[in-house]
Amino acid sequence: MKRVSAWVTYLQVAPLALIFLLFLVVPIATIIVVSFFDYNTTQIIPAFLLQNYEELLLSPVTWATYLQTIQFSIITWAITLVIGFAVAYFLAFEVRSTTWQMVLFLVCTIPFWTSNVIRMISWIPFLGRNGLANMTLMQLGLIREPLEFLLFSNFAVVLTYVHLYTLFMVVPIFNSMMRIDRSLLEAARDAGASSWQTLWTVIVPLCKPGIAIGSIFIVTIVMGDFVTVRMMSGGQSASVSLMMMNAMSLLQYPAAAANAVVLLLLVLFTVAAMMRLVDIRKEL
Amino acid sequence: MIGRRRGPGYWLLAGFFGLFVLFLYGPTLTILVLSFQGPSGGLTFPMNGVSVHWFKNLFEKQMVGDFAGSLQRSMILGVAVMLVTVAASFSAGLAFRSRFKGSAFIFYLAIASLIVPSILISLGIGLLYRVLGWDAAWYSSAFGAHLTWTLPFGLLIMFAVFNRFDRRYEEAARDLGATSWQTIRFVVIPILLPSLIGVGLFGFTLSYDEFARSLYTSGTFNTLPLEIYGMTTNVTTPVLYALGTVTTGVSFLVIALALVSFTWVRRRRQRHGSDAGKAA
Repeated sequence: MKRVSAWVTYLQVAPLALIFLLFLVVPIATIIVVSFFDYNTTQIIPAFLLQNYEELLLSPVTWATYLQTIQFSIITWAITLVIGFAVAYFLAFEVRSTTWQMVLFLVCTIPFWTSNVIRMISWIPFLGRNGLANMTLMQLGLIREPLEFLLFSNFAVVLTYVHLYTLFMVVPIFNSMMRIDRSLLEAARDAGASSWQTLWTVIVPLCKPGIAIGSIFIVTIVMGDFVTVRMMSGGQSASVSLMMMNAMSLLQYPAAAANAVVLLLLVLFTVAAMMRLVDIRKEL
Repeated sequence: MIGRRRGPGYWLLAGFFGLFVLFLYGPTLTILVLSFQGPSGGLTFPMNGVSVHWFKNLFEKQMVGDFAGSLQRSMILGVAVMLVTVAASFSAGLAFRSRFKGSAFIFYLAIASLIVPSILISLGIGLLYRVLGWDAAWYSSAFGAHLTWTLPFGLLIMFAVFNRFDRRYEEAARDLGATSWQTIRFVVIPILLPSLIGVGLFGFTLSYDEFARSLYTSGTFNTLPLEIYGMTTNVTTPVLYALGTVTTGVSFLVIALALVSFTWVRRRRQRHGSDAGKAA
């Protein structure tokens, strides 16, 4: 009886496991193997070389690009954390009726289910030289010349990141907040804590798991991004993935693979560091 | 909190929340309006008349690219990904209720699938197909690539759902003589239906909008996001906005469909006076 049920369990999990094996494990293994291959202008040649890594890590361009990507990640992380926390706090503690909580939460989540590329495009009529932002500011007499840095700049890149991904911060923090026993807040107040003290000594520590999960999402997404940087920086900024794609378009697959391995290691180390703060399985 | 008066903190946060929502929806609304530009209108305000010129333009064949074809491909792919995501995550969710050897490993695979940057998965599958000498296609390699993105979401949702599921319903079914298949078919699935709809919504929309994972995996024929991306680099007319309006419209339709079926299931339950679902 026991063995039969074990069989059933394995059968039930098999489709999922198989898909991950074929489309996650094997492809990543392929990247690692190819990163040691040799190549010329037309083909890749099986070999075991460290040359791809050498060329990558000795180039100052690589370091500058990684630095730029890390910088984008940190700035985006900080902004989304503040906005995400405030929004989640409002939903969890200030909105009192459950129905409204549901409705407003949905309002925040719906854009997540629409196309990212379209949401990027939609900033063009807003930020462009003759866009709404510039027109409004000029009509108000605040500026005379249109601001040039609004579109196709690092500013636009970060703005788009915040626009697209703040939700990844809101949801886990909101989830953490909803699990906080409301009597703890009352206890804090009864013990004479001010609202600020309650926030810092009760709510924030209890939200740590949510903050960690949100941070993992934001940092990994921004580190692997290339669409936003390409579309919104107007070719003025680089990102690691963009660098990889350039190598791909030049058919330098092993070089791209080596870069991919380095990026993967960076992402995994960052996530491992953040995971120490949280046990994800307990959060569901 | 209950019974206290709204302080200034509330209004401050409410205002902030309002601005956030405006920030989320404002740009999309702008292109919605601009997609109805007159035939001589440009990419920014002011409007030069109102027309559906750019929508017609979108569906005309001579336009750059293949909008209708890519929309069709993305729809089919989205539905296929949705079905597999619902089935595989539900089935895996059932399995994860009992401890089995390797469960931790599979769980970490799912987490890894979520955090490994999409472009790396895309690159890996693309390289794999190249090394093996196979042709990448939207229905094979891109299909697998999309599943690596939707399945972790599906699995995590199923975890959350089963953590709150009252197993006594199953025990009751078994005591009444139901086989394990009957228990799943007539007890577990009906109770979990709203969550399964939710997983389906994730599956479809994540696939329908996926760009990075399709990039090196869809082969000759583009999916919709790739088509849109291609257009952004060489189209400078409001047809771009018409495209945005149409795709966003499809997304909203799918979301609305999910919400409607969600409430429909709930209503039906209330009408039939069943207490099923109260545990979920």
